[in-house]
Amino acid sequence: MVDIEKANTTVVEKMMEARPVATGVAKALDVVPGMTDDLLLHAGPPVTWERMSGPMKGAMVGALIFEGKAKGWDDAEAMLKGGKIKWEPCHHHACAGPMAGVISPSMLCYVVENKTHGNKCYSNLNEGRGKVLRMGAYSPDVIEKLKWMNDVLGPTVGKALEAAGGIDIRAVLAKALHMGDDGHNRLDAASVLFTTQLAPFIAKTARDTDMAFEVIKFLGENALSILNPVMAGCKTMTDAGHNVEGSTIATVMTRNGTDWGMRVSGLGDQWFTAPSPVVKALYFPGFSEKDACLDIGDSVITETAGIGGFAMATAPALVTFIGGVPRDAINTTLDMYEITYAEHKQFTIPFLDFRGTPTGVDIRKVVEKQVTPRVNTGVAHKDPGVGQVGAGVVSAPMKIFEDALVAFADKYGI
Amino acid sequence: MAIIKTEIRSGVYYDSAKLMSLQRSLAGLPGILDAGVVMGTDSNKELLEHIDLLSPEVQSAKPDDLVIVVKSEDDKAADEAMAQVDGLLAARKSDMDEAYMPRSLETAAQMLPDASWVIISVAGRYAAGVTREALRLGRHVHLFSDNVSVEDEIALKLEARERGLLVMGPDCGTAMIGGVGLAFANKIRLGPIGVVAAAGTGLQQVACRIHQLGSGMTYGIGTGGRDLSEKVGALTFLMALDALDRDPDTKVIVVTSKPPSPKVAEEVLKRARKAGKPVVVNFIARAITTLQEDNLYFATGLDDAARLAVELAKDPPKVDGDAGLKLERFKPEQKYFRGLFSGGTLAYEAQHILAGYVPRVWANAPINKEYKMANSMESQEHSIVDLGEDEFTVGRLHPMMDNELRIRRLYEEAKDPQVAVIMLDVVIGYGSHPDPASEIAPAIAKCIAEAKKDGRHLEVVCVVTGTDEDPQNFDSQVKQLVDAGAFVDGSNEVVVRYAGRILRGLAERGAPAEAVVGKAVDLATLKKPLQVINVGLESFAADMKAQETPVVHVDWKPPAGGKENLMAILERMKQRS
Repeated sequence: MVDIEKANTTVVEKMMEARPVATGVAKALDVVPGMTDDLLLHAGPPVTWERMSGPMKGAMVGALIFEGKAKGWDDAEAMLKGGKIKWEPCHHHACAGPMAGVISPSMLCYVVENKTHGNKCYSNLNEGRGKVLRMGAYSPDVIEKLKWMNDVLGPTVGKALEAAGGIDIRAVLAKALHMGDDGHNRLDAASVLFTTQLAPFIAKTARDTDMAFEVIKFLGENALSILNPVMAGCKTMTDAGHNVEGSTIATVMTRNGTDWGMRVSGLGDQWFTAPSPVVKALYFPGFSEKDACLDIGDSVITETAGIGGFAMATAPALVTFIGGVPRDAINTTLDMYEITYAEHKQFTIPFLDFRGTPTGVDIRKVVEKQVTPRVNTGVAHKDPGVGQVGAGVVSAPMKIFEDALVAFADKYGI
Repeated sequence: MAIIKTEIRSGVYYDSAKLMSLQRSLAGLPGILDAGVVMGTDSNKELLEHIDLLSPEVQSAKPDDLVIVVKSEDDKAADEAMAQVDGLLAARKSDMDEAYMPRSLETAAQMLPDASWVIISVAGRYAAGVTREALRLGRHVHLFSDNVSVEDEIALKLEARERGLLVMGPDCGTAMIGGVGLAFANKIRLGPIGVVAAAGTGLQQVACRIHQLGSGMTYGIGTGGRDLSEKVGALTFLMALDALDRDPDTKVIVVTSKPPSPKVAEEVLKRARKAGKPVVVNFIARAITTLQEDNLYFATGLDDAARLAVELAKDPPKVDGDAGLKLERFKPEQKYFRGLFSGGTLAYEAQHILAGYVPRVWANAPINKEYKMANSMESQEHSIVDLGEDEFTVGRLHPMMDNELRIRRLYEEAKDPQVAVIMLDVVIGYGSHPDPASEIAPAIAKCIAEAKKDGRHLEVVCVVTGTDEDPQNFDSQVKQLVDAGAFVDGSNEVVVRYAGRILRGLAERGAPAEAVVGKAVDLATLKKPLQVINVGLESFAADMKAQETPVVHVDWKPPAGGKENLMAILERMKQRS
């Protein structure tokens, strides 16, 4: 007879003991398991072209232009619909990508290694805010920037990471949570810490001072510089806890702009999905809820690992996104304790007397209390080619947890 | 024609979320068509251009300038909107003190670790589950919810007893703990009276009358209306009674109930008799056969119960239980009663009263034919013999005139090593023997002395029916009998009850000690200042706050949204762990 408590303890222990370190930058085709020349990775659970959200389509088209395989929308779409190019979830390939999360074979990726358990995960380079591929934009300037990132930013950062002996993502996050970050939507402090640690090595390894200037400026101005290695880092944590027989802890939560998806440690690689909800958000000038794509992105891997929306109490400034007050940030975190299995040993919350962040979403508690995980997230335009239109909060759909509970009872004869 | 108004502020910093919030507020103002609040970066300028909010001022803004643009129908609306910017930026929405409402009892218990009580008023079908959780967290439960099955009630109360916890309810409207009212309750001053009630408004009525009469209460513990039913068997009632018995601040206890099961009522009274303090009893529809029996005071109604309790509390009579009976004088085999009566009615009354103390009384003239003695000449177990019956008076005088037969029988009974108490009636007055005590008293003295030689204490009790103006003189008769060593009183009832207490004491002395069931309520949990967790009706939490009692309200939802299959899975998972 399976011992759920023991299994869950194992899972959360592994998640908390995992120590992700960003060790370098490499071409996806060279390092991502199962990556092939005709494959694109994307955020969320599997999805067909017909059901695919606008920004994800836009990002795929952009990626094919970037790869030099297509010139524009029409031939890219033809390749995708015609089966010449395949697409699979990042989560099937040890990757996590923000928003549309599209990773193509020649894109450079962060390599993040969990030094405790040895598993590795990958994520692409962050483009900054505004009109970007991950939000579904694919205009020439977007592609230009991607090329610069692949030619200049990536190699320079990669060399700097190697020279620095890697950057401990868990340590940076632990510190940033004490500096007002939540580790997902607000990464201002973590990005600065990341840049500060890298800058001296960039100064040494960059081809010349102009390039060093360019790269450090780009990293320093982008409050989301560290988002991608953080996501890969969080994935190494949750992957360490995946596939533990008898565990009811969620080890993957993600969305593709059409569906929300979840995997549970004790239920292997089965996806549980339900329609993605609308994000409750604040919008950029000129946009409103009717422009918004449904919830999208692999970045909810941060909440899965015990930060992001779960650590909202460390980032009270974020509550303005929902028109709330600081107390709401505290309450969000307190709510998440109701549905999690442990309190994090590494990530703590000063305001709550350094209580550990709520860690390890337990599907039993979610169903029983009818409280689903809260996520801080960005919002993409529903149409391809536009980009980000706002940011806000969203709650996971209850159905996936209920379905998973039934499947769990089924599998284990409960 | 729409107009655009721009304001540039240099050297200010606001969080981007704050700016978006300001923008939303501005856009919502009357007469405003659109608004943009951004820092003056190139990409933001592009964004403003995209939605036709670009003005020359915006063009010239630097990346660290705050740009505020509004598009409106006219100048006035734009100016009014701009005038509100500072106010909107400074706006604060609420204080930090608005407490967190936990989603579960478990979290509430962590937030208020000293809360001994959980008030539960969720829908009946969920109430048992929530109660079980509260018990597992070691808290007493005030179960306001109704529509809880009797099977669930019993299971919950048994579990509570194992843990030394009270389950007040289900369908328990009222409780008062340390001067604070829970659910439907009145403001009652603190005082010396404790009430246990299987009756909601009954408890309120008694409590209010106690208050109106100038006294007050320690605790009012409602048990739920079914507690004194045969099925539930007073599970909560007995625990509450026991707690009040042990509570030094409770000087007088009141027990009251809607019509109880007669059998269960007797169980409660049995426990009440052992209380070292006066207990006022008011069980609705239970016939009163006496106003007082030892420490039990029988009230005729709710008001009478309150009145009695208030009176008794003013100067509580000392209750010494069985100590005054000196039961240790009796030998272990001594346990029986023998009544040798000359008067038929007195014999009947003795049978009736003794039935409340011993399982059965045999008689030659029994109330209940089942208990007719096999042989009137030979006593068995507890026996009452009416020697005035025809079978004894054939060819001889009535025993009120001739003591000879009774004295002979007295000697016989006194020799029986199993006999503990012998009762005689001495009826004087015209027609009777001129001085019955002169014959009976020496016989009594002799019997007591003989028994003593044998190492036994023989208790002889006499009722003397007469007056001081009777020819035989009441006082003289009493004195002779008392001098002989008898317990004497002018009331048949007093004498029989005295005998009854001895017999009951002796019977219990012999019985093996009752196995202790469950755990007693820890008085400390009742004594500490009341703190409460509330699940269900939010107004009960507000009432607690109004009484300055710390309370945490649980933002409770039916587990699994009330879906049966999911609830069943969760329950099975819990049972396995």
